[in-house]
Amino acid sequence: MTRPAPVIVGAGPAGVRAAQTLLAHGLHPIVIDEAAQAGGQIYRQPPRGFLRSRKTLYGFEAGRAQSVHGAFQALREAIDYRPNTLVWNAQPGLLDLMDGMAQSASTLDWDDIIVATGATDRVLPFPGWTTPGVYTLGGSQVALKFQGCAIGRSVVLAGNGPLLYLVAYQYAKSGAHVAAVLDSSSLADRIAALPAMLGQPALLAKGIYYLAWLKLHGVPVHTHAQVQRVEGDARVHALVWRRENLARAGGKPGLEQRIECDAVGFGYALRSETQLADLLGCRFQFDALQRAHLPVRDRSTRSSVPGVYLAGDGAGIMGADAAELAGERAALALLQDRGITVDAARVAQIEGALARIGAFRLGLERAFPFPERWAATASDDLVICRCENIRAGELRAAVREQGAAEMNRLKALTRVGMGRCQGRMCGAAAAEILAHAAGLPVQEVGRLRGQAPIKPIPLGMHVPAPEPVAARVIALHAQEDAS
Amino acid sequence: MKRLDTEVLIIGGGIVGASAALVLAKAGRRVTVLERDLCGARSSGINYGGVRRQGRPEVQLPLSQRAHEIWGNLQSLIGTTGEYERSGHFKLARSEADMQSLIAYAELSRPYGLGIELISGERLRQQCPWLGGAAVGGSLCPEDGQANPRLVSPAFARAAAAAGTTLIERCEVLQVGHDGRDFVAEARQGDDTLQVRAEVLINCAGAWANRVAQAFGETVPLTSGHPSMVVTEPIAHFLPWSLGVEGGSIYCRQVARGNVVLGGGRGYVLDEQRARASHDSILGLLPQAAALLPALRHVHIIRTWSGVEGYLPDQHPVIGPSTTQLGLLHGFGFCGAGFQIGPAAGEALAELVLHGRSTIALDAFSIGRFLPAGADAPDLLSSHAERKIS
Repeated sequence: MTRPAPVIVGAGPAGVRAAQTLLAHGLHPIVIDEAAQAGGQIYRQPPRGFLRSRKTLYGFEAGRAQSVHGAFQALREAIDYRPNTLVWNAQPGLLDLMDGMAQSASTLDWDDIIVATGATDRVLPFPGWTTPGVYTLGGSQVALKFQGCAIGRSVVLAGNGPLLYLVAYQYAKSGAHVAAVLDSSSLADRIAALPAMLGQPALLAKGIYYLAWLKLHGVPVHTHAQVQRVEGDARVHALVWRRENLARAGGKPGLEQRIECDAVGFGYALRSETQLADLLGCRFQFDALQRAHLPVRDRSTRSSVPGVYLAGDGAGIMGADAAELAGERAALALLQDRGITVDAARVAQIEGALARIGAFRLGLERAFPFPERWAATASDDLVICRCENIRAGELRAAVREQGAAEMNRLKALTRVGMGRCQGRMCGAAAAEILAHAAGLPVQEVGRLRGQAPIKPIPLGMHVPAPEPVAARVIALHAQEDAS
Repeated sequence: MKRLDTEVLIIGGGIVGASAALVLAKAGRRVTVLERDLCGARSSGINYGGVRRQGRPEVQLPLSQRAHEIWGNLQSLIGTTGEYERSGHFKLARSEADMQSLIAYAELSRPYGLGIELISGERLRQQCPWLGGAAVGGSLCPEDGQANPRLVSPAFARAAAAAGTTLIERCEVLQVGHDGRDFVAEARQGDDTLQVRAEVLINCAGAWANRVAQAFGETVPLTSGHPSMVVTEPIAHFLPWSLGVEGGSIYCRQVARGNVVLGGGRGYVLDEQRARASHDSILGLLPQAAALLPALRHVHIIRTWSGVEGYLPDQHPVIGPSTTQLGLLHGFGFCGAGFQIGPAAGEALAELVLHGRSTIALDAFSIGRFLPAGADAPDLLSSHAERKIS
């Protein structure tokens, strides 16, 4: 009996390299991707017929984008490629899919699977963040790459992480007016991080280049900046911020400053899309560096579940270059586990390169530290969960009055994370508020349990007549989930 | 090893155990509840949330009616409404034969005062414009309703604690027995061990209750069941009642927030304590839901879940005294229908402790029905060695 084809979920840099590697060794994978075209978010392709050049779309990354797109173009006829398709549920041995165009469900058997599900922005709300005209940094970038349009005419970009400067640079370069860049971290953080980042001079140089370019072109860049609120009802018309004095504990903050703008992009680094790994039964562990519970993977990308490989930002944020390498490594691990000989030198080379990028990421996290004081400064009336309109004060009340000390219980009691996003957008912020209110380290409040569907699906989608599914026994590892 | 002396020890902090604790604590008894996880985490807090008398077997109706009164005073009892509303419960018939079953049930239950109304023909079309085809009629119990189990069950536990119960969560009982004087339970609490001694033991351990029963020589054919649940995004209100289908597996209700909760089919087991809605159940449920309520066709489902419930082969719970050990009471095995009746079951167990008898007869729910006829009466003088139960 022949084994089912390997499955790859996600056609970003990790998924594309994984497919390429499997194909090079004679396996024809099934590649499932939510988007209409390969590239993921980072190398998202505009709809056909758009005329902007790769250079304008991807800047320094044009070469990499070209390489990823080209690689996929070359192999797509040789694989079972399913664009516009959502994996909405996983069980031992089967995946539930939905074709977004036909709105129809289908089932796919799997034996081994490479999960390359990518990431979204980590959102820490501020007053007014739900006003029309406020976007995440990732969303701001997607608008530019995918539709060739900016989120506004005069844009403030705020938060922290490398994406902040990249998006500012891309916006300014494409002709939008960047009214200010507000970085919540400090120059001191950046300097402290330099030793760790020197291992990747090219990446470091790129970051420094963006900053220098912005300064040269008169874009105001402020560090220690804390967004106070966004003003506007039907649309953003201004943002108010102030400088936090981080140098001296108890130091007085600066005066409030107001910037007129019609759009805001913000985000605090990225968060992994881990729901599929969760449904596949992968063991999770808290990662202090990324302040998130992530599926455990070893150097070879193997998860705790045999036949499940985790590549790219979906299992921990390491960036697009690392995702390409991890995708290739995952494919090589899958091949090894199928008893196919692979190039051992290449395996060692990839693992070495990933370790070096890992060291650089350590530096990045030091350069852009998570704003740990955020939860303490969030006011009670701040909306944390926009789907259900749940405010910080309601979360604190549940801790105070009902003893909530764990994320799933907090969700049950307050409806936080109970809406359409199921905590994908609000979960990180809610965990910070809960931990702060309960006086616990953030790793001790747990994480929202994953459940199907991974993203909302139409109840009335076409469901084919059931076929008996071959039962497979796959050991699901018990997770440290409470309640 | 920590030690704790109590009068009444209750194993399991679900709606039954917490209700019993609440009544006992209010009566001034020293009560301790040991809950392996968080109260309402397994079955009491994850169920569909139907608060329904209609459709229950006749033998459960007296207890169910008493529960109906308790639900009516929920706010004063546990400090929250828990989104409880007497929205009405409507059971559909898809054929004349099914309609006859509903008519028969309306007759059978009449003496108990459920106030059931039968609706069919033109009136059904007028009253239920949101119904898809297929229904010939139905049976409405206007005072039945729904509540949010995620709020209600933990609130019972909090109310019990506020009344003086010692409530210990994340504390798993490892073994239990009777040393001739007291019940002795050993439990794991974090890295520590806890020994609890009690005069009375109430077994409300849900799907795991057999381990406690077995420790006293009362093995019952208890199995685990895992209901498959689905919820949609919130939509404008259109569905006034909680719906069931005679002879069918689908049931649904629209909550105050606007989401529609649907249930039907069985989940799949992750491990002894966890289950998820299954591929088969979800894909089986969606087309049925779209046929039943065409308004849902373009609505998104946003989450599915399951839990772990205890089932007994005759579809009735075990409520009442042990047949082998004086001072031991059981309240478990509610077969997926314990949410509404739970508070009355807990109250009845508390009455047995307080007065030696319950207001509502519990004979039909005796554990004895699963034990060999002529099982020995308890020998109150012999000491039971502790037996491992996990």
